[in-house]
Formats: sequence, C-alpha cells, structure tokens
Amino acid sequence: MLVLLILHLVAALAAPLLVRWWGPRACYPLALAPAAAFGWALARTPAVGHGGAVVETYPWIGQLGLDIALRLTTLSWLLTLLIGGVGALVLVYSARYFDADAPGMAQFAAVLVAFAGAMLVLVLADDLLLLYVGWELTTIFSYLLIGHSTERRSSRWAAAQALTVTTLGGLAMLVGFILLGEHAGSYRWSEIATHPLPGGGYLITAVLLILAGALSKSAVLPFSSWLPVAMAAPTPVSAYLHAAAMVKAGVYLVGLLAPVLATVGPWRPVVLIAGVATMLVGGWAALRQNDLKLLLAYGTVSQLGLLVAVTGAGTPAAALAGTAMLLAHALFKAALFLVVGIIDHGAGTRDLRELSGLRRWSRPLFGVAVLAAASMAGVPPLVGFVAKEAVFAAFTDDPLLLTGLVAGTVLTVAYSARFLWGAFADRPGVEPVQPAPIPASMLVPPAVLAVVGLLAGPAAGVLDGLLSPYAELLGVLDGHLTLWPGPTAALGLSVLALAGGGLLFALRGPLAPVLARLRAPVGGNQGYEWVVDRFDRLAIEVTGATQRGSLPQYLGIILVTLVLLPGGAMLAAGPWRARLPLWDNPLQPVVVVVIAVAALLAVRARRRLTAMLLVGMTGYGTAMLFILHGAPDLALTQFLVETATIAVFVLVLRRLPERFSARPLRRSRWVRRLIGVTMGVVAGGLALVAAGARRAPDISAAFPDLAVSEGYGRNVVNVTLVDIRAWDTMGEVAVLVVAATGVASLIFERSRTGPRPRRPESADRAVRSDRPVWLRGGPTLYEERRSIVLEVVTRLIFHTVALFSLFLLFSGHNAPGGGFAGGLVAGLALVVRYLAGGRYELTEAAPVGAGLILGAGLALAVGTGAVALLAGGSVLQSAKLDLSLPLIGEVHLVTSLFFDIGVYLIVIGLMLDILRSLGAEVDRHIEATDTAGGGLAVDKGGRS
Amino acid sequence: MTASDAGPTMVLVLAVAVLVGCGVILLLERSLTRILLGVILLGNGVNLLILLGGRSGGAPVVGTGPVDEMSDPLPQAMVLTAIVITFGFTAFLLAVAYRSWYLTGDDEVPDDLEDRQIIRRAGRNEAGAVDHGGEGPNGDPEQVDPEPARRRLRRGRGDGPR
Repeated sequence: MLVLLILHLVAALAAPLLVRWWGPRACYPLALAPAAAFGWALARTPAVGHGGAVVETYPWIGQLGLDIALRLTTLSWLLTLLIGGVGALVLVYSARYFDADAPGMAQFAAVLVAFAGAMLVLVLADDLLLLYVGWELTTIFSYLLIGHSTERRSSRWAAAQALTVTTLGGLAMLVGFILLGEHAGSYRWSEIATHPLPGGGYLITAVLLILAGALSKSAVLPFSSWLPVAMAAPTPVSAYLHAAAMVKAGVYLVGLLAPVLATVGPWRPVVLIAGVATMLVGGWAALRQNDLKLLLAYGTVSQLGLLVAVTGAGTPAAALAGTAMLLAHALFKAALFLVVGIIDHGAGTRDLRELSGLRRWSRPLFGVAVLAAASMAGVPPLVGFVAKEAVFAAFTDDPLLLTGLVAGTVLTVAYSARFLWGAFADRPGVEPVQPAPIPASMLVPPAVLAVVGLLAGPAAGVLDGLLSPYAELLGVLDGHLTLWPGPTAALGLSVLALAGGGLLFALRGPLAPVLARLRAPVGGNQGYEWVVDRFDRLAIEVTGATQRGSLPQYLGIILVTLVLLPGGAMLAAGPWRARLPLWDNPLQPVVVVVIAVAALLAVRARRRLTAMLLVGMTGYGTAMLFILHGAPDLALTQFLVETATIAVFVLVLRRLPERFSARPLRRSRWVRRLIGVTMGVVAGGLALVAAGARRAPDISAAFPDLAVSEGYGRNVVNVTLVDIRAWDTMGEVAVLVVAATGVASLIFERSRTGPRPRRPESADRAVRSDRPVWLRGGPTLYEERRSIVLEVVTRLIFHTVALFSLFLLFSGHNAPGGGFAGGLVAGLALVVRYLAGGRYELTEAAPVGAGLILGAGLALAVGTGAVALLAGGSVLQSAKLDLSLPLIGEVHLVTSLFFDIGVYLIVIGLMLDILRSLGAEVDRHIEATDTAGGGLAVDKGGRS
Repeated sequence: MTASDAGPTMVLVLAVAVLVGCGVILLLERSLTRILLGVILLGNGVNLLILLGGRSGGAPVVGTGPVDEMSDPLPQAMVLTAIVITFGFTAFLLAVAYRSWYLTGDDEVPDDLEDRQIIRRAGRNEAGAVDHGGEGPNGDPEQVDPEPARRRLRRGRGDGPR
C-alpha cells in the first residue's frame, strides 16, 4: 500500500515536467497512478471478500507512537476502487478537456494526482491521526483545485469558503479523535473497535466533534453551502472531488465509525435529522437551478444527506444499503458531471435555457446521460434502483424516516428528469446548438461509468457478497441486495417515488412560482458571509483597540508589565540580602559615579555626537567594572566593541542631522521618565534579590575542571564559549551573520556581491608610473580630509594589529582573548585602514566579499560541529590532536580552535560588511547626491 | 555562595539602576538614534546585572590563582555573547536609521499608518480589506477577469535583460 502512495507522490512530482513535454496529454500517463490503485484493490478482492483485512505497518514518528498503519477492509476496498477508477477516468478525460495551451495545467495535473494519493491515505489509514493527515491533505488539494482559475474572484472565494468550512470541521474532528484515542488508549481504529470503549461524558463530546468534521466534509446541513459554490472548479474536478471522492470522505468516516459509535447518545439523531433534512432541502433547491452543473451540485448535496443518514443509521441492513448507494452515487454522479463538462466544452454554455437540440448532436452522449440519470432516479435494472430498494427495505420499520426518504427520492426523480430535459430537449425559439464532434477520450470515461452502473444492477448478488462483510460488523444481516425482491413494500415505494417524481416534473410549469418562493429564509451562503463579515468586524475592533501604532506606547506597556509583574513578585517574595558592602574596591565608586553622570547627561544631550560619546563613556566604564569584577575577557571585548561602536556611529552620524529634532515639552515626557525611574529601581532590586536568592550550588563550580579535562584549555570563559556552551555561541554567530546581511541589504541599492569599488583609472594611472605605493590616500582623498599622521601611523601599525588579532585568536584558549576579541581587533584594523585611505583602500585591504567571509566562518563553525558528530562524538565536542611537525616540534591542537576561527571570521565579516555598507556605500551615496561638503565623504571618488 | 564579600556591592547595584533607568527613558523616545543609545545603555546595565549573579574574584584562567577564588565564568560567557550581539544589533539599527533618514529626511519612528487606518475603520464601523467582509464572490462589479499571465516555460536568449 505504501508503494501506491509513493507512486502517487512520484507521479505528482513528475507531473509538471510531463505537462511541459506533452501538454494536457500528459494526463494519460499520469492516469496510470490511480489506475494502479484500482488494479491493486481489484487484486485484493479475494482477501477482503470474506471479511478479511490487508494490513501494512511502517514505523513513522516513534515518539508519538504514530506509525503508518494501513488497513484494507471492505469499506476502504470499495473507496479505493472508486478513488482509483474514477481518478484514472477523470485524468483521461482531462487530457482533452483542457486546451493545449491552458494556463496552470502543470499545477492542475500535479495536484489532482496528489489529491488521489491523499484520498488513498485517508481511506487506507488505520491510525486515526494518519487519517486526519490524509483528511487535511485532501482539503488543501481541493482548495488548490477549486481555485484553479486564480484570476477569477469567484473562484478564489469558492476555494477559500471550501477551505474554511472543511478545515474548521477537520479541526473539530481532530479534537474528537484525540478525546477518543486518549480514553481508548490507542489511535488504531482496529484496536479501538475490538475493545470495549470506556464510557463517560467525553464520548458524547467526541462523537459530536467527529460528526462536525464528517458533516462539513460531506456538505451536509448546516455546512452544505460550500459545495454549490465550489462548482467554480473545472468540471473534471467537480466530477472527481464533489461526486466520487472527497465529499465521500465524510460518508466514509461515518461508515467507518458507525459499527462502534452509532449507539452513543447523539449519533443517531444528528446523523438522521441532518441527513434527511439535507436530502429534502438539496433536492428542492436542485429543481430550481438553470445551470446544469449547479443542478447536479444541489443534487449531490441531497444525495450526500441520504448517504450520511443511511450509512450512519447503525443497522446492518442500512449499512449494506449505504455502501451500495455509495457505489451507485459515485458511478452515476461522476458520469453526469463529465457529461455536463462535455456539453459545456462543446456548446459553450451549461444554462439549460440556451441549450437545444443536443440530442441529435451525439447519440452516444445522450445514451450515457440517460443511463446515468436513470440510475440516479432509481429506475430498474440499474444499480441505483438496487441501492434505493435496499434503502427503503432497511427503514420499513420507521415510518417517519421512511416518509422523509421517499419524499427525498421523489425530488431526486424530478430533478433527474429535469436534468435530462434541460440538457437534451428541443426548445422552441432557441437556436439548436451545433457543436463540434466529441473526442473519444472525453466520451469514454462517462460511458464506462454508466455501463458499469448498468451491469452492476443485474450483478446485485455478487455485489451483495462483496459488501456484506462490512454490514455484518453491525450485527446479523437479514436483508440482501437484489434486483428483483418480489412484491414488497419497498418496491411499492419505489414505484410511488418514480410516479411522484414524474408528476412533479410534469407540473414544473405551474409549480415554478412555488419553487421560487419556497426557499430557506437565510441561504447557507448568506450565513457563511455573515459569519465572515462578523469575524472581520471583530478583528478590526480588536486590532483597533489594541494596536495603536505607536512604538513608544507598545514599549511602555511591555515595560510597565515588567515593572508590575516581576517587580511585584520581587516585593512579595524577597528574599532581600540583609547586609551589602558599599564597595569592595575603592576604584568602584569612582567608576560608578562617572557612569551615572555620563548616562544622565546622555539622556539630556541635544546633539547626537555628544549623546553618543557619553553613552560610549558608560561603555568604557562598564568595561572597567568588568576588570574590577575579575572578568578580563569581558573587559577586553567590551573595550573593543565600544571602540568599534563609536567608529560605526560616526560613519552614520556624518549623514544625520547634528541635533535631535526639538520636541515640545509634553506630558508624555514625564510619563517616560517615570517609567524609566521605576524600571531602574526594579532592575536594582532584581540585582539585590538575585544575589540573595541562590540556594543550589553554582553549576559553574565544575567549569574550571571541565575546561581543562574536556575542553583542553585553561581560559574557562573561552572554553565555555567554544565547548561547554558552544550551542549558544553557534546561535549567536548566526545572529551576527543575519545582522551583517541586514545592514548590507538596508544600505545597498544593488547587489553587494557585484563588483566592488575599484580605484578610478585616471587616478590609478598617475600612480602606476611610480613604484607601487601602499596606502595611496593621495590620489583619491580630498586634500583637506587627509591626515598624514593617520596615514603614517596606519602604515606602521596595520600589520602589527593584524598579527595581534591572530595572537588573540590562538592564545584565547589559555589566556584572555579568543575569536570574538581577535575578530574585533582585526575589524578595527580595517576601520583604521578605511579611515586613512578611503573606500578603495578598504577594497585593497580586504579583497574578498564580506559575504564570503561570513559564509566561510559559518561553514567552519557548523562544520566543526558536524565533524565531531561524524567522528562519533556529540555535536561540537572537542578533541585534542597531538601533531609533531618538522622544525616546529610538538603541536597540540584542540578541535574547538576551528570553531573559534569560524567565530573570528564571522566577526571580521560583520565588520567588513558594516564598513562596506555604512562606510563605502554611503560614500557613494554622498558622491551620487553630489553635495561635497554637505556630508563628510571620506574620499572624492571618481572625481579628479 | 561562599564568601559574603564576593557578591554585588551597593555601588554596582546603583550602576545597574542608573543605566537601566536612563536606557529606558531613551528607549521610549521617537528618534531612532536615541532609541539605539537607549538600547546600548540598557544593554550595559543588564550585562552588569547578569554579571552580578555570579561571584567576583580572580580571572577565570586556570593556573593564575586558586580555583575557588576565581570569578564565576558562566555569566561572563553569557555576557560576552551579549556584548557582541548588542554590537551587531547596533550596526543594524544604525543602518535602519540611515535608511529612514535617506527616505524621509529624519530618523523618527512615526506611528504605523496601517494601524491608524484600522483604528479609523473601527471607528467608522467598516469592514476590513475589500476582498472580504460580507461581499460575496460576485459582489464587486469592478471585478475584471484579466487574461492569466502565461507562464513562459523557457525564456529565449534574446529577451533577457542586457
């Protein structure tokens, strides 16, 4: 069975390619996939014919106890035959239905085949959760198929309506499944069905939820509105989804669960009332339609109501009748839809008021339509008659229900006649339509279905033998499918229904006003639209009330929450540390005073540069505090980052206005200050509480030993970064890569991978005659911007700084330093180079793309982790390599060094990207807007 | 905790409070530059707060001193990554500020226009987008059926961009 599913998947994936080669004709080979399912099921007939089952199980998600458990029993065997057989015929039909250059053909073919596969999952699944997966897959594929004409609004609307209704039902059903599965202790239906279900109130809830799913899928009231709307789909889709396959999923589910759940309280009332009501309302509405396809659609709604009522009734005879009806309906309704497709295709309309003389167009088509419609009406000796007889026979002891069913059948007969009359009658005053001949591959599929319907009637005995194992699940079966039951009550009712239907059709003229007037006060569609509209309104109200669009307001709410909840908890809980020293180092208070003053001044500053420098001061102060705290690595990184931040800030601030825009003193300012002060108090309080709250010993007490024994390094912080908590670092460097890419994409208006700025030729030529000069600021920088001192110093220290960064990188495992610090130092070297020599200098200093460095760094970091995994360790586990190299001697390499090199490269890449974007590219912007002096361009670019 | 003198001190707690408080005040401003400066101040304060969660002491490098007098390495590792992340974030926000200046001439964060529109709609009891809200599939007389864009399977060499 799994092979069949894979076959459908492969066919669906190959479909776009095949369509590209052969156009719509690609449907012929694609039809092989559902045909294989049909053939496979046919070959399994002996195995399931006597109540046996074909079972296959494959492990899938072990943690959830979810396996791909497939099980073929009588009911799923019948559905598989229908899905495979009708699917193959519909695909054959589609090959000619669509024009050679029809748009979206590739998607259509692929989705249709995938849909067939999803239906197979649905009917073959033994596990209820797997069934749900198939169920929702069919919903999604049907959404794509109904919305095939994406450019039409009605088509999109119909698709969305079908999706909304069936998905909501599906979700309810999932909850029902979970209730059922958790109480039964298993999700395998074969296990649930064979063990007694624990009773309880949950069962009623579960049944109601599951029925909501089944009824919405099968378009039974009150969920039936989506099906007529879904007729926006191409006709092959309607024939397959809305006659043979998808809408049958609900009936299938009802049939599958009925043997166990039919006795549960609400099951029978819900199923019978909803089913019969749908049958009557749908049939009545069908009599009103002028569009042949809509007529069939309402007819389908009506028949689905009948199917749900009969299949869900829960008696053996009704179950047998239900399966027979299921088969009959798929055969005649799919054939009729395909006939409508042929008429639509040939005549260009399916409005019965415009069709005339089609009977003479194609005798075979007329014959097919008559056979199928007669089967729908229940005329002997067709299979529809056999099924209808069985239905009547199964309900003879329930007069009320029987009355409803007979009334529904009268309507069925009437609209069957209306269909034939509408499609093929001659209308006075209407020009006879003269379409082109019908291609054989379009006529054969409905003909096959109609003929099978004709043959299955006399073969009722065989059918009875094949289907009765399912009915016997519900008890001892006393009725049988038969073509000639003798003079019984059921036969009388059949005759009555045929006569009544004929009369109703004959009276269609006088009855027309009644038909038009007598309709549901609120159409299902208006109901759906009303709900959607209410929902929209609610969303707008809620969004309007909560989303005011002001960033400070949002932040304020978040911060006030922070003050109230953790702050309140802090006040309530404590524990406060009783005795706290004022300071533990005389330098500490000095630094803190500097920080505090700088921070307060930064808040008041009106000039951007001033504010930035003051904030930088707090940063350097924090670095001092780190040193005093005993954190040299932190202090080093903080110093470097602070310096780099100032450099980057200056690059941007040269473009922004000098001062912050003056804002009038407003009340909100005092609100801001109040929030700020309380936040400060809360943060300080948290520091006090956190210090006193420790109860367990430090996890990091073991870190020094771990660092030496497992990480082979003495700098505990660095080993923590690259080994003990390397996953954190991995996430962090990924963030850095994203940030660098974000910076570049915000600044560059073109691809940053394009050619990097080259020194203009004219400037270059002047220098080329000389001996090569390193750091040629002269030709490209404005005289007044050049600084000889800076250039000379850069020349002197650049290489030293670059070497120093490598030293930090390599020594970082055992002494303060590491990839972050090293990368920042190298980045600062590049900053200096750029400031001294301009953007062309930057290109020469780093002749590779920033993206390349970032990518290489990330690849190296991930690769180190992956190699450790491949070598049999856990991800990012360190190993020590002892090498003895000639001349150098013994070298001890720790693999985490490579991880650190990755970090180093990423930090350099980030710095380079920032310089390229906020430096060089902004220079280019300045140059392009041509405001020399307006902004501080670092170089004079192409102008000489 | 071992020694009581190795935890936070009053002045450090004060530093945390001042940094966070000033950071929040700046964060609630409308100028992106100020917001960014607020983030940096807030970051410094929170880094300090995290660091105070562990004991102070000697440098956490094995071999430089007795192990039990070392400062706590775990918060340090966390703060180290936080510092570098803040730097990346700073660069990103600066790029946003520049972009905002480039497009609008300042770096102020205005109120979200879409949100304002929704508030107006809510006030007028209107529905949301045109495509929904009680308007059925055929409710829009303006609806046109444009020819679907034919997907070109293989592009000729000649009509590519030059």
